[in-house]
Amino acid sequence: MASLSITIQIISLLGAAIFMIMIFRLIVQGRLREEYSIIWILCTVILIVFAIWRKGLEQISLLLGVYYPPSLIFLAAIFAIIVFLVHLSVVNSKLQNQIKDLSHEMAMMKKELSDIRAGMPILEANAAVAVHEK
Amino acid sequence: METQAITDPRILIVVPCFNEEAAIATVVREINQVKLQFNLRLDILVVNDCSTDSSMAVIRGLNCLYLDLPVNLGIGGAMQAGYKYAYRNGYDIAVQMDGDGQHPANELIKILQPMVEGQGDVIIGSRFLEKAGFQSTALRRIGINYFRRLNFMLIRRAIYDSTSGFRAFNRRTLKIVNTYYPDEYPEPESIVQFGLYNLRIVEVPVTMRERQGGVSSINTGRAVYYMLKVTLGILFVYIRLFNKRVNLTN
Repeated sequence: MASLSITIQIISLLGAAIFMIMIFRLIVQGRLREEYSIIWILCTVILIVFAIWRKGLEQISLLLGVYYPPSLIFLAAIFAIIVFLVHLSVVNSKLQNQIKDLSHEMAMMKKELSDIRAGMPILEANAAVAVHEK
Repeated sequence: METQAITDPRILIVVPCFNEEAAIATVVREINQVKLQFNLRLDILVVNDCSTDSSMAVIRGLNCLYLDLPVNLGIGGAMQAGYKYAYRNGYDIAVQMDGDGQHPANELIKILQPMVEGQGDVIIGSRFLEKAGFQSTALRRIGINYFRRLNFMLIRRAIYDSTSGFRAFNRRTLKIVNTYYPDEYPEPESIVQFGLYNLRIVEVPVTMRERQGGVSSINTGRAVYYMLKVTLGILFVYIRLFNKRVNLTN
């Protein structure tokens, strides 16, 4: 019994370590922004803490009145995942808006550039409105 | 300045174009004929929404201005690009006309007339006021009726053809659209937006044609999604703007 839980402990620690290394590599390669890595590093730290502190999960479960300790893991994990997914949707919406604005600006600049190349004068009203906007 | 703008307003016709190589040339030619016939100070701006066919090559050869979007933004994003252009370049009136030939150019004057006379801030060309011309499918009319009721509930105005894309905006409206215009299916949503900004919305009867080429963005499979998305959009525009309503009226 005791040896089995040690095996699990080692597996958890190893898994956490590999996960951490993966995250670090992604950051170094520039494929993951630091601000998003914080949450993953935090998750790994929690994982490591519970891998070492074996009685921890049971004690917290008892404290919260949860009879079956693993269900507490599921509850916490699913909640964290949902929150993070919503966060990603928000980020995605913001990116979409920014892409729209950028495309607008780019299309207008392309037009202005081709006007200049064709030797057309830039409309005076254009400049006047631009100044007014500022 | 103000009187000059009313008697001889600068007009921009914005034509969104997504894969309309078959119809776009005719649309632009017809608008140019109307321009000559009524001696209007009018420019045509075709907004190419990243077409995958040869639309862009066709547009380059036409007698019109054009914007070439680098990313496909959908009809709302394409129209907003055109409206932004109109606002920044000091046009007094911007008119939306679809690139598929649904909106006949000789009906243009029916929309411009009340706008030039200052009867409204938004003039919408409606198929259903005189029930002439192409009336759309039965299923679509059910949807349009539903939007009329929803609009009436929220802004107390009955708009009979809220999905009509044949519409004119004045500078007051352009200023609002310059900062926000709904993305995906913008027509019904923007009516609620304009209603909450207390703009005067006027519907005038026009006849429309069946599309002359290309494929509609809304097929039966997407109808349910369309209704849901637009309903949500309308409700959220309403909630977002309702609290600001007092400040907006000024």
